[in-house]
Amino acid sequence: MNWVNAVVQGLLLGGLFALFACGLSLLFGVVGVINLAHGDFAVLGAYVAVLLLPSTATNALWALLFVPPLFGFFGYLLQRTLLQRSLEISPLTTLLVTFGLSVVVQNGLLEAFSADSHSFNVGSLVTSSFKVDEQLQVSYLRLGVLLVAIAVLSVLSLFLARSRTGIQIRAVADDREAAQMSGVNTRHIVGVAAAIAFATVALAGLAYGMTAQFAPYSGSALLLFAFEAVVIGGIGSLWGTLGGGLILGLAQSIGFQIDPSLGVLAGHLVFLGVLAFRPTGLVPARAAA
Amino acid sequence: MTAVPALEVRALTARHGQLTAVDGVGFSVPAGSVFALVGANGAGKSTLLRTIAGLHRPVAGSVHLHGDDVTATGPERRVGRGLVLVPEGRRLFPSLSVHENLRVGLARRRPGQWDIDRVLDLFPWMKERRNQPAGQLSGGEQQAVAIGRALVANPSVLLLDEISLGLAPVVVQRIYGLLPALLTTGMTVVLVEQDVSQALAVADQVQCLLEGRTVLDGVPAQLTGPQIEAAYFGLAGAGR
Amino acid sequence: MTAPTGASTGYRVRRLRRSALWTALPSAGVVALLAYVPYVLERKVTDTLVDFFILLVLATTWNMLAGFAGLVSVGQQAYIGVGAYAVLVLAQQGVNPFAAIPLAALVCAAVSLPVSWLVFRLRGGYFAIGTWVVAEVFALLVIRFESLGGGTGANLPGLDGFDAVLLGAMTYWAALSVAVLTLLGAYLLLRSRTGLALTAVRDNELAARSVGVRVPRAKRMVYLAAAAGAGAAGAVLVITQLNVQPGNVFSVKWSAYMVFVVLIGGVGSLEGPILGAIVFFVLQRALADYGAWYLIVLGAVAVVMAVWVRRGLWGLLERFDVRVFPTGFWLQAPGGDVARPPRDDPPPAPRH
Repeated sequence: MNWVNAVVQGLLLGGLFALFACGLSLLFGVVGVINLAHGDFAVLGAYVAVLLLPSTATNALWALLFVPPLFGFFGYLLQRTLLQRSLEISPLTTLLVTFGLSVVVQNGLLEAFSADSHSFNVGSLVTSSFKVDEQLQVSYLRLGVLLVAIAVLSVLSLFLARSRTGIQIRAVADDREAAQMSGVNTRHIVGVAAAIAFATVALAGLAYGMTAQFAPYSGSALLLFAFEAVVIGGIGSLWGTLGGGLILGLAQSIGFQIDPSLGVLAGHLVFLGVLAFRPTGLVPARAAA
Repeated sequence: MTAVPALEVRALTARHGQLTAVDGVGFSVPAGSVFALVGANGAGKSTLLRTIAGLHRPVAGSVHLHGDDVTATGPERRVGRGLVLVPEGRRLFPSLSVHENLRVGLARRRPGQWDIDRVLDLFPWMKERRNQPAGQLSGGEQQAVAIGRALVANPSVLLLDEISLGLAPVVVQRIYGLLPALLTTGMTVVLVEQDVSQALAVADQVQCLLEGRTVLDGVPAQLTGPQIEAAYFGLAGAGR
Repeated sequence: MTAPTGASTGYRVRRLRRSALWTALPSAGVVALLAYVPYVLERKVTDTLVDFFILLVLATTWNMLAGFAGLVSVGQQAYIGVGAYAVLVLAQQGVNPFAAIPLAALVCAAVSLPVSWLVFRLRGGYFAIGTWVVAEVFALLVIRFESLGGGTGANLPGLDGFDAVLLGAMTYWAALSVAVLTLLGAYLLLRSRTGLALTAVRDNELAARSVGVRVPRAKRMVYLAAAAGAGAAGAVLVITQLNVQPGNVFSVKWSAYMVFVVLIGGVGSLEGPILGAIVFFVLQRALADYGAWYLIVLGAVAVVMAVWVRRGLWGLLERFDVRVFPTGFWLQAPGGDVARPPRDDPPPAPRH
């Protein structure tokens, strides 16, 4: 092992975290929902793929075609029903509701699929990589995840900056009532934002399932990583989220390089360090993602 | 036969918790005229306007737009039917640019002569600064953008809430100078104003609120200064 | 802040004093009865009740956090774990594990102070996840110590000499004491100035600040007290199980239990968590044979309660004017008539 390798692998891992974080960030920025079931929904997405793919031999890349749209639809419905309803009571209620959903999803998956780990079949992609030098190999799959993360963030930024719906989403994030008095159907717009967030969650869950084994309880750790990426990068900034994801990936990878049991802890400590020493901008501004 | 009023409010009552902010207020505004609501701080003017716009749920009474009852219609759908509010405090989207703020106003645009280009013609300075975040504008500029954001929806009834608040007199004059241009397009204007002389100067009809109730109602030319003063401050003999 | 006496108006605000006496007597009776249980019932019953007391303590402290201080934490397992490991460390040094329970609570309060400096920088939902991260960090740090058994945990020394029946009874009394002290502490805290301040904050933080309530201080005090309570619960947990497993004591499942108990029983009253703990406990036992289903059912019930039955089961009962712990006020009119505050309204905010 060498340090260059640790840095490169860390950046690749960071792409996955950024992909996880962007849904969390969007949902909070626009909808005002902190989704404690975020990680569990990602894992649910992976299991939905397991369920719907015709056989375990089918290449899981096909799931990319139908699971994210399915989750987008699911996110829209969830927002328009349960989440909307709980938000009208208070943000803290929403928090508790998503926490309850998290427990329901985890244990539902446990009942349906047992505690055994699953993994996807992605054909030869799982092992193929290119060699930079003797000590540095880059997996096509992991590189692909990072590129997908960058692509998703780019498309999302462009969508929020240019499209009519995107501008309305940002307007709602700024001032929901003012958007309403300008004629924006805020409930629908918030639902659309939730749909996008859920589609990216499903995408992140599939990416995770292709690069690692997943089990019903995997979601909790994923939520924490996504959250850390958001806070490290600066709450409310989409590209900051990418930066936060990369920093978190680096911290875990370098920690792992020092001592394999240190990986996750190093990430947490970097997060706490940011919280302790760079608290400015950490108080969530309800700005657009 | 009398023409259907552009806006009619019947015995509207609205509360904030236990407090009755608007208590049985009613009026009717003919199309193409200016109606002014005056009153001291806390008289219930803004709540009344917000209730008319659908942002606040009334406990009693009704709101009729061109003869149609819109009391149960959501605020965004009222925009689509021609009832648009320019809220107190401007309420622009601070992180959005001037141009984007105007674009949000297009959400339920009705056919008509107003569009973004026409607003930019009305306020030429906006052209060069269309990409500036609205949060960086001065108060007067923000007010102009807020009015522009309402105009692009082509309202038939425009509700203006305290548009002079916090602005320099010269800016206020400029903004009120726009009114005739709006009226020539057939628009109906309902404005809330703390500055009584300003309101009297532009209004065809004026109503004074005190503690949520109508205490004076009339045509500006027929009201005397002491009459208005008494109603405004709730002095005895104000015709209650 | 003093309660307004309003001599000029003739109105007087009084505690629900007579009612308080009627609370104290039966409560003392119930505690005495419970203390007698080990003499008449077998070990299986007392062990079950110990689990119940732990749940009750956790739910009560979480309710203080969320229901009164508006701090929704999903990381209280940090202090369950620290409390458990504090007992382990002290026992390894020769301290009697029972004597270590209050020390464990103190350790948790001490640890929670620096933690509060960090997590109080986060608001709302971010605070919730932040506390969870802290709990994970504690777990990951603790398992690095070989002397504490690493990732597999360790057995609790110091209780080998005890007779099994006596040990069961002592554990029971320890758990009962912790539960009674927690409820009493919560009751007194809510009746104190801090409690008044918190109630004011919960109802309207801005208004409370503007009349001079020191909001951060009040919130921090509750956070420390809740940490101490969770620590004591963790200490009892390790004594009843006679070993520490990091995966168990630092598990987020404890937070799930706390949230569910309080949501079912009712947020923001002292009685709610007691009722919730009883219901939760019964459901947990009844559904024990159905594997993960009990958590699915409880999670779904909690979601439904949070959205559709916001004041929980206790809130439903309160409609019939049942009240055990009087934390409210009477407003006495000049004529001597006593006006009760409307049931759904919180007590009046303190004024100068």
